[in-house]
Amino acid sequence: MEPPRLAAHALGMRPPDAATEPMASPDHLHPCPALEVLARKRFVAGAAPGFSLEIHFAVPAGISILFGGSGAGKTTTLGMVAGIVQPDQGRICLAGRVLFDSAAAIDVDVSRRSVGYVFQDLALFPHLTVERNVRYGLRHLPEPERRRRAGEILESFRIAHLGRRMPAEISGGERQRTALARALVTRPRVLLLDEPLSALDAATKGRIVDDLRAWNRERRIPILYVTHSREEVFALGERVIVFEKGKISAQGPPQDVLGAPRTETVAQLAGFENIFDAEVAAVHEAAGTMTCRLLPGAVQLEVPLARIEARIESGVESGAAVRVGVRAGDILLAIEEPRGLSARNVLRGTLTSLEEKDFKVLARVDCGAAFTVLLTPDACRSLALAPGQAVWLILKTHSCHLLRGDAELVRDPDRPKP
Amino acid sequence: MNWQALLLTLRLSLVTASALLLIALPIAYWIAYSPRRWKFLAQAATALPLVMPPTVLGFYVLVAFGSSSPLGRLYQHWTGHTLAFTFEGLVVGSILYSMPFAVQPLVNSFLAVDPQLIQASRVLGASRLSTFFRVVLPLSISGVATAVALTFAHTFGEFGVVLMVGGDIPGLTRTISIDVFDKVEAGSYAAANSTSLVLLAVSFVILALVYAWNRRAWPRTPWA
Repeated sequence: MEPPRLAAHALGMRPPDAATEPMASPDHLHPCPALEVLARKRFVAGAAPGFSLEIHFAVPAGISILFGGSGAGKTTTLGMVAGIVQPDQGRICLAGRVLFDSAAAIDVDVSRRSVGYVFQDLALFPHLTVERNVRYGLRHLPEPERRRRAGEILESFRIAHLGRRMPAEISGGERQRTALARALVTRPRVLLLDEPLSALDAATKGRIVDDLRAWNRERRIPILYVTHSREEVFALGERVIVFEKGKISAQGPPQDVLGAPRTETVAQLAGFENIFDAEVAAVHEAAGTMTCRLLPGAVQLEVPLARIEARIESGVESGAAVRVGVRAGDILLAIEEPRGLSARNVLRGTLTSLEEKDFKVLARVDCGAAFTVLLTPDACRSLALAPGQAVWLILKTHSCHLLRGDAELVRDPDRPKP
Repeated sequence: MNWQALLLTLRLSLVTASALLLIALPIAYWIAYSPRRWKFLAQAATALPLVMPPTVLGFYVLVAFGSSSPLGRLYQHWTGHTLAFTFEGLVVGSILYSMPFAVQPLVNSFLAVDPQLIQASRVLGASRLSTFFRVVLPLSISGVATAVALTFAHTFGEFGVVLMVGGDIPGLTRTISIDVFDKVEAGSYAAANSTSLVLLAVSFVILALVYAWNRRAWPRTPWA
């Protein structure tokens, strides 16, 4: 590995030998980010005129999920790393090598970046067999080496028997494996996956993920994995980077980022079925809580104070507008008024509807604000629930998450202060 | 039946079609992929022969390669004779005249190649040139076939440019269409008819082949 250049030092990168150190906590810069992207781009024309992207992240080897809704800039980010999209400004460093630096006028050609890219619709060459597709990026190697490597990877992705078929003649999962094999056989220094498994059934997906993990254990390189599927975030990611309207609104381990979402978009992505506009009714600093009134209506919830520290500092007073998110699975439902609970929020309401699907029951309860509660079919039967019935909802203070609607205000510990 | 004229016409069509393919490939590539805004001018220029009278085109070829132009003097210096009234003159005129028939199908088929395939090739380490030969060209094969066949057929039936540039020299520049013209002028309608039928048949067969080929689009399977 070549020593880091000046630009890499300026970015706070350490020598590559530090790469073997364990991953640092998300609150600190990683000792040696295997990939660091700092980029700004404004699209004047094209598919999304006026869209602007401003991102900065550094990731170690391993799977990092780029998470967010469509049009948030995830694919553009992959394009920048691959060299297909040129940032207006910024720097991109991969394993100590500068791929792009607007200040130093460095822009390494796409074909020289050692990038493995699996496109969203795979982009297999339709006129070449599976084997020829996989061998496409091995032109520079002598023939025996080409044959050996292609044979090896076809074997390990279990598509060796398909070598002579055309892409149009194999199944979706097999095409996916072919695309992965074609990208990995070149031994890239970074792997870019754009929703590679979105079109597959769960079983096929699981097997491919296992293959990918096995491969990644052997060769530790950074893998950027674009998805908008929550399940994939938790199943795969050692780290998640949340994209929102061309900006990164949160990053860190999945359970930290999606477990305590700080913006409404992240919350919706993370599965907050209950999101309410609210205003702060009272702040109890000594108790570490505050009371929020859900709008419109008179329902009050006690929510943790700590979670809006930044707001308090910037002068959040009573009456300030906030958003509260609660997961349907975090709410308890009782058919009698409960007593002797530690939970601070007990709301009386009326059951309005029950909806059963996939071994889950979604109960809708009107407490002055409409709540969705997740139950098991068993619980639903043993309580003999029926619409119209009076019920009580129990919410722990810490199950109520304060969300901010405005991504601009999010204080991200990983993001350098301007 | 004037076999000499037929053979000459076939030779002219073959030479023109193969030479024009080599010339049209880079032009079409540039028109399809260049980010330059003024490339519409190049597009318009290559399409000009579609709307221009062949006599005008032939006239300009004569002027451009005449002994009073630098280009003509250069040609004369190299070859020892002028371009007018020679087979080479016919080839130059035919290439210009059939340019749109080669460039347009190529541009269209290049643009029909999924840009993501080109990106995929580049990411896999292939240069632009290598990507062109390994991905773009194989996927544009029907466009190439169309370009070659249309150029061939168009040259086969060409009249005005050939007459202007080549004159009417038997065995050298008298093509089959000019032969028909001569026969009609001489009043021998039966001979004109048989020659015309050959021209008609050849043109129809070529066009039928083009359309038959174009039904087979990628992705192709071995049994399709």
